[in-house]
Amino acid sequence: MNLLEIEQLRKGFRAPTGEQTLIVDIPAFTMTPGQHVALRGASGSGKTTFLNLIAGILKPDQGQIRLEGRDIAALSESQRDSIRANSFGYVFQTFNLLQGYTALENVTLGMMFGKGSDRAYAEQLLHKVGLADRMHYRPRQLSVGQQQRVAVARALANHPKLVLADEPTGNLDPVHAREALRLIREICAESGAALLLVSHDEGVLEQFDSCTDFLGLNRAFTGGAGG
Amino acid sequence: MRGILLIVRRSLRQHLFSTTITVLSIALASGLTMSVFSIQSQSREAFTGGDLGFDAVVGARGSQLQLVLNTVFHLETSPGNIPWTLYTELRDKYPGVELAIPYATGDNYMGNRIVGSTPEIFTKFEYKKGRKYAILEGGRPFDEGYAEAVIGSVVSEQTGLKLGDTFNPFHGIYFDPNARHPEEYTVVGIMDTTNTPSDRVIWIPIEGIFRMTGHVLRGTGEQFTADAVAAIPDAHKEVSAVMLKLKSPQVGWQLDQMINKQGKVATLAHPIGTVMLDLFNKVGWVNRILELVAYLVVFVSAAAITASIYNTINERKREFAILRALGARRRTVFSAIVVESACIAALGSLCGFVCYGAILLVAAQVVRQQTGVVLNATTLHPSLYLTPLGMVLLGALSGVIPAIRAYSTDVAENLAPHS
Repeated sequence: MNLLEIEQLRKGFRAPTGEQTLIVDIPAFTMTPGQHVALRGASGSGKTTFLNLIAGILKPDQGQIRLEGRDIAALSESQRDSIRANSFGYVFQTFNLLQGYTALENVTLGMMFGKGSDRAYAEQLLHKVGLADRMHYRPRQLSVGQQQRVAVARALANHPKLVLADEPTGNLDPVHAREALRLIREICAESGAALLLVSHDEGVLEQFDSCTDFLGLNRAFTGGAGG
Repeated sequence: MRGILLIVRRSLRQHLFSTTITVLSIALASGLTMSVFSIQSQSREAFTGGDLGFDAVVGARGSQLQLVLNTVFHLETSPGNIPWTLYTELRDKYPGVELAIPYATGDNYMGNRIVGSTPEIFTKFEYKKGRKYAILEGGRPFDEGYAEAVIGSVVSEQTGLKLGDTFNPFHGIYFDPNARHPEEYTVVGIMDTTNTPSDRVIWIPIEGIFRMTGHVLRGTGEQFTADAVAAIPDAHKEVSAVMLKLKSPQVGWQLDQMINKQGKVATLAHPIGTVMLDLFNKVGWVNRILELVAYLVVFVSAAAITASIYNTINERKREFAILRALGARRRTVFSAIVVESACIAALGSLCGFVCYGAILLVAAQVVRQQTGVVLNATTLHPSLYLTPLGMVLLGALSGVIPAIRAYSTDVAENLAPHS
């Protein structure tokens, strides 16, 4: 059984001119449990919109997004929030760590909206990403690489079925980017989570056995506006 | 709920400066409101409903209120004098009068009133049920035949007079250094604190007032000046007031008929609490204004909560978007803001008790110095729990507008940057 099945997914936005612009138009896309998928796509190609649709942050105009057979697109916003809290992990390009919170709080806060806070597991994750001695540091007290590792730990904290990674190494130098990617893939593999990574960085994409071109996947892409 | 509390805690810390200022404004508003209601209630109780010891006062023809203020609360000027014979008549001829004590006023020492009376004020009068004026160890009541004085506790604090000290009274109820009487009085007793207006009084024998240099007695209608030793005929004597303890309220109504309605010489103030209640009712609008000011301050501080949180919403939109991306529901974000507002109000209300204590401390000091009535910060008044509860509720309501803004945060738009 597939973990993720997408059919006839369409999402558009109204441009300031009032014109409706189609951003995402994906006829079909699937992922199996534990699968690691890399999508190659340039800036403005609608990659983030695609991930936000999968995560339930955005509601599609049309189509189905089934996670383990359950259509996310048909759910209410509150139900989508619940699925996001329990089934998805999200790693952002800019990490999106909460600045006033410690590394440990950043990891445990996400748990609180889902299955419940598990401080021991959060500590274990931070230990695994090499931040055992930085748990009580705030993001601005950490290096960029360390912040990315907190973001990775946070994404895995809720035992997600699928981790969405949006340009996760975009803010890192090549050495740290490789290290971060290795870490993400390693932890996803250990926890059995599937990984859907989008990037335009060839250095990152080449580490995957296969890489899908998002341009080929998204029929709406025109090279202009994107998400 | 743990998530909401963590969000609230972190936000309060991140916005420490604006939080502190808002908490302080709430504290002031809450302290002020509790003080207004508590002082109002306590002073009303002290002046109108408290146990005053006496049931009625007889004094010169005129205002009952002035009479009560002058004799019971030792405020205001005396409306005039009444013949000594009226005192003896009330004391001896009316079985319904349990106790009659004469007061003669008109002198002071450093602004503290001197009241001439009889030793019964110490031996028979009970200022509260079962409690007579007590004199601190080493002291005693004055002897009627000597220039002796017993001073109240506030007088002792203010003037520094102690046992064995001597002083010269000054003429009038307000201190005038040029109006010094030559008579010298010795302090033979210091009263234990009673928390009544009597703490501000210097008690001397009533004969001392009659014989004070410069005083003239007009009991018969003609002027009579007493010398230092010769007995004064009762007919010449006069007193400022006669304080009465009655056996029943009916006696008061009878005396009212006799003195107020049929007589032309004197005025009876009875019951004392009702006379004072009239005063409070007349000046009730002042209390209403004070209450209004307190309410306004409360609403302004509630608006301060709204403003301080509302101003942070823009900078926090990304935080809300991240929280939502992590799975927080819209209502969680909404609740976090409302709880944060309520927490600020709760913290402010807690600090409000410090403000309340400070205001009461100052007010109690002033009221005690001016009237002898003691206000107690620990006296339980409904405002002490209704105000904090109301503040927390108002605080939560103040958070609703910013919470709606937080609630409507667009997640995708604020999770910048996009690819």
